[in-house]
Amino acid sequence: MKADPRGVLTGIHFMDGDHACCEGALAAGSRFAAGYPITPSTEVVERFAARVPKVGGAFIQMEDELAASIALQGGVWAGAKAFTVTSGPGFSLMMEHIGYAAMTETPCVFVDVQRGGPSTGLPTLPAQADMMQAKWGSHGDYEIIALCPNSPQECFDLTIKAFNLAEEFRVPVMFMMDEVVGHMTEKVVIPPADQIEVVPRKLTKKSVEDYLPYGTNGDMVPEMSRAGDGYNFHVTGLTHDERGYPNMTLPTQDKLVRRLQNKILSAVDRITMTEEEQIEGADVVVISYGITSRVAQRAIEAAREKGLKVGKLRLITAWPFPEKKIKDLASKVKAFVVPELNLGQMVREVERAAGGKAKTFLVSHAGGGVHNPTDILKVIVEASR
Amino acid sequence: MAKGRVSIVVERCKACGFCVEFCPSHVLALSSAFNSKGYHPPHVVHPEKCSGCDLCGMYCPDFAICASKVDAKAVTGGQAAKKADAPKKEGTK
Amino acid sequence: MTDSLNNDLVNIDSSTADACGSDDCGGTCNDDVVNPVEQFLRSDRVPHIWCPGCGIGTTVNSFARALIESKIDLGSLALVSGIGCTGRVAGYVKLDSFHTTHGRAIPFATGLKLANPNLNVVVYSGDGDLSAIGGNHLIHAARRNIDLKVICVNNLIYAMTGGQTAPTTPDHSTTSTNPYGVFEPSFNLPHLVEAAGAVYVARWTTFHVRQLSRSISEAFKKKGFSFIEVISPCPTLYQRRNKMGDGLEAMKFYKEKSKVRNGAPTSEVGMTMTGDIIVGKFVDRERPDYQTMMRAQYHESLGDSYVEPTPQEEPVCS
Repeated sequence: MKADPRGVLTGIHFMDGDHACCEGALAAGSRFAAGYPITPSTEVVERFAARVPKVGGAFIQMEDELAASIALQGGVWAGAKAFTVTSGPGFSLMMEHIGYAAMTETPCVFVDVQRGGPSTGLPTLPAQADMMQAKWGSHGDYEIIALCPNSPQECFDLTIKAFNLAEEFRVPVMFMMDEVVGHMTEKVVIPPADQIEVVPRKLTKKSVEDYLPYGTNGDMVPEMSRAGDGYNFHVTGLTHDERGYPNMTLPTQDKLVRRLQNKILSAVDRITMTEEEQIEGADVVVISYGITSRVAQRAIEAAREKGLKVGKLRLITAWPFPEKKIKDLASKVKAFVVPELNLGQMVREVERAAGGKAKTFLVSHAGGGVHNPTDILKVIVEASR
Repeated sequence: MAKGRVSIVVERCKACGFCVEFCPSHVLALSSAFNSKGYHPPHVVHPEKCSGCDLCGMYCPDFAICASKVDAKAVTGGQAAKKADAPKKEGTK
Repeated sequence: MTDSLNNDLVNIDSSTADACGSDDCGGTCNDDVVNPVEQFLRSDRVPHIWCPGCGIGTTVNSFARALIESKIDLGSLALVSGIGCTGRVAGYVKLDSFHTTHGRAIPFATGLKLANPNLNVVVYSGDGDLSAIGGNHLIHAARRNIDLKVICVNNLIYAMTGGQTAPTTPDHSTTSTNPYGVFEPSFNLPHLVEAAGAVYVARWTTFHVRQLSRSISEAFKKKGFSFIEVISPCPTLYQRRNKMGDGLEAMKFYKEKSKVRNGAPTSEVGMTMTGDIIVGKFVDRERPDYQTMMRAQYHESLGDSYVEPTPQEEPVCS
């Protein structure tokens, strides 16, 4: 389906990642957001607050992140595409409701513009230290999808992708920006609406008698309904059966939770997006994401100038983690180098997937700025030995 | 002849006693019968006094009883009142 | 808040349904007597999990009758609840119903209402859920005058989790987290929500089944934040631990101690353990609701550029 032109600001813009993310949401068809101010994410919803009354939708600044993260889900069940934005401390507050969205299969987008942590940390400075939290932050077993843009252009393009994935898989999608990508200003090209693909809400056309709110036909993603459409459906965070009714038994739990996991993991290949360069024949592959991938690019080029065979694998999809891809690669390369703005998060996934077949080197950074490319280069050189 | 008649869903009753207490005409009493959960459901002891006000239905937290006004022309009025008076002893169908 | 294993799996023998809509009535059913609440019940989930003598089911009867009397469009109704015994109402009513997270029914309901202003949104939750963990959302929704109908079943305790102190538990009561007696002052909920901005505030008890139903109907006709508190027995925990008898004893207590004072100043309706329970319609005033104010502001600031939020007929993108 093509995007609704009323929400598409076609043209060539010079804007920062936060603003581009807002435009991406509008282009994707989002007409409802609930937010709470937190640096460095606030501009996303400030722009939405200014834009949406002219496009036809609503924004509400709620009293806290707990309210924002659930109000957006009320909006989803009323039929809207909805999102919220936050940073570390707010992300932590939203965790219960991310789990609720996963459990109730509420399609929505949570934007986390990562900043230094833990706790209040560095409100105006970047980090990438919420990556594990994006996957494991809420209690229980569940899967989410996480995307990592590395430019304002990607903040636009990938936000649309985030909404599309949310609708396709009926899952909350974590949009993992960082403060640098959010606040850097670059060229953003917004194409005409008819060149933008959006995935519509998978609303059921079944009769009231036949419709099962959580019944699936083998594709593992149930059809959805909206409040007011006459289905009298029930949604609960309790373990539930296909009717949506609480059914707290072992078989129901097993069936439900495994389906929530499998609907994502079985589609890893479809969901995974990476940017790969000179992987073939590489001795060392640098795996990075977000702003770090741009710093790493400089280091990779410098290493190649030294004659080293360095490949680049940029994770655009961080979760579900492309285990198989890394596992296959591990038997072909000497080492992985993982620079990230944290003390070691995605590197653990790389290490786990590599299974000891290739060495894994972390280039850590406590956050507050980006790596110095020479620090990454040093490790690439060491890894190549 | 009674102005109203009562219907009791024996299996839903938890014998809280609200209907017995708050029936303005004292039509009901808890029976000595049991339902399958072991509760004593109410039964109609004064069917002729039932006005069909449905306060029993409004008070019942278990949706186990209701009453309605009898249509004066209804032929089955007497039979219905008799039916309302006899809960099953075992409490199962 | 934890939920214990419920007994939803215990099935009624589902043989022929009788006219009153139940699957098993033990043969006392009069085929032409239909319980008005039945059309709103998910009959396949009854008997429910509430204890004998619990008043929540009684409030549902009043709610059902209000739905009928107010002639509200059922297709436009959405019911949102939180966690707790009262929170389970969402699972038993046959409406678009949402059993959300603890304390967050009101913001979820806000999202529903803003994204589809045509919905009539009811929040049906308990005193702990709405005034403790949900307290912040309660006061902000009242402040904003969001068009929600909030039914707060107040059993003076956290029942589902085993009888802990709630902000509404009266002084000197015994609870599991105040085993030597509650010494904290308790909330006067009508006063709180009136101060926060609610346009309709009433309190009844489960003894006042008809008045409660009438209040709910009135709230349906009201635009803005309506709050109806219903004092309800928790026989298993509050009543038992405080040696106040069972549910029936509680109902008799309500009957004896309730004083109907419509229009009473809400500052005077605080409750104590054994004192009078002031009930009635306390507040019924006019204030523009959130969406009215929102539209007015946007029209004033944006003029013709303002595009009203309308619920999508088809999926959001055409």
